[in-house]
Amino acid sequence: MIGIETLAVGDVVAEREFALSRDSLVRYAGASGDFNSIHYRDDVAISVGLPGVLAHGMLTMGLAVQPVADWIGDPGRVVDYQVRFTRPVLVDATTGATVLVVAKVGKLDEETQTARIDLTVSYGEQTVLGKAQVLVNLAGA
Amino acid sequence: MSVNPELQGRVFLPTPPYLVGREKIREFAKAVFATNPVNFDVEAARAAGYSDIVAPTTFPVVVQGLTLDQLLAEPDAGIDFARVVHGDQRFTYTRPIVAGDELTATLTVASIKTLGGHSMVTTESAMVDATGAHVVTTISTLVVRGDE
Repeated sequence: MIGIETLAVGDVVAEREFALSRDSLVRYAGASGDFNSIHYRDDVAISVGLPGVLAHGMLTMGLAVQPVADWIGDPGRVVDYQVRFTRPVLVDATTGATVLVVAKVGKLDEETQTARIDLTVSYGEQTVLGKAQVLVNLAGA
Repeated sequence: MSVNPELQGRVFLPTPPYLVGREKIREFAKAVFATNPVNFDVEAARAAGYSDIVAPTTFPVVVQGLTLDQLLAEPDAGIDFARVVHGDQRFTYTRPIVAGDELTATLTVASIKTLGGHSMVTTESAMVDATGAHVVTTISTLVVRGDE
C-alpha cells in the first residue's frame, strides 16, 4: 500500500498505453450490454454524421482508471470516479487506435486519507476526457 | 420531439434485483483491460479482505443500463435514443461491489437543462444491496441533440 505522506501534488503515479481494436469494442459491447451499432458498423456511424466507428465512451472511462487501480494495488480503494466525454476515439478497422493515460496526483487530503488522482487521457494529440478525476482511499496504508 | 421538462424530479420504481456474477465481473474486467488480480482471482480478493472478487470501478454501468431503459421507455419522456450522446458519468461508492451482491437500482431524474437547442438530462441511479444498504450511486448526463 501507498502512504499519503509519500505523495506530492503533481507526482505522476501511473502511465499506460492501450491499443484498441474493433475486437475490443465488440468485447466491450458484449460485456456491458451497450450494443449501439455506431461502435461496430461504419455504415451506421457514417449515416448519423460520424466519421466512422467510435469507441464506447464508457470503454475509455473504464480502461482509464485501470492504471490507478494497479498503482494502488486494490481496485476497491477507488471511492469516486468521474469524467466528461469531450471527444470521440475513432477506431480504424485495420489500425485501431492507441489511447494514452497519464495519472497525476491532483489533491491530497490528510484528514480523510484520500488522494484525488487526475487523469489525462489522450488519443493522438487530443485529450478525449475532461475533468477525469479518481478519488482513492489510502486509509490504513 | 423534445425532452419533457416535467421529467425533472421523477423517481422510478426500483429495478428487479441484479445478481452480480463472478464470471460477469471477469468478463467485464477483461473488456476494460483490467489486470488487477483482485478483479479476477478469488484468493487474491480474499487476501485483500473481500468476500469474493471485486467489480471494476465502472461495472455499475451494467445496472445503470437497466434504469436508462426505464427512462427511455417512459411514454412521455420525449427522448429519441438516436439523438442521445453521453455527456458525463460519475460513480460514487459507499463500498466496492463484490461477486454475489444483489443490486437494486432506483432512478431519479435529477435535472433537465436546455442549452442551445440541446437538452441535458442528468440521472442518478442509487444502488443498494440485498439488505437495503447503499453500495454506489451512478450519475449520468445524457445530451439529447435538438432537431436540426
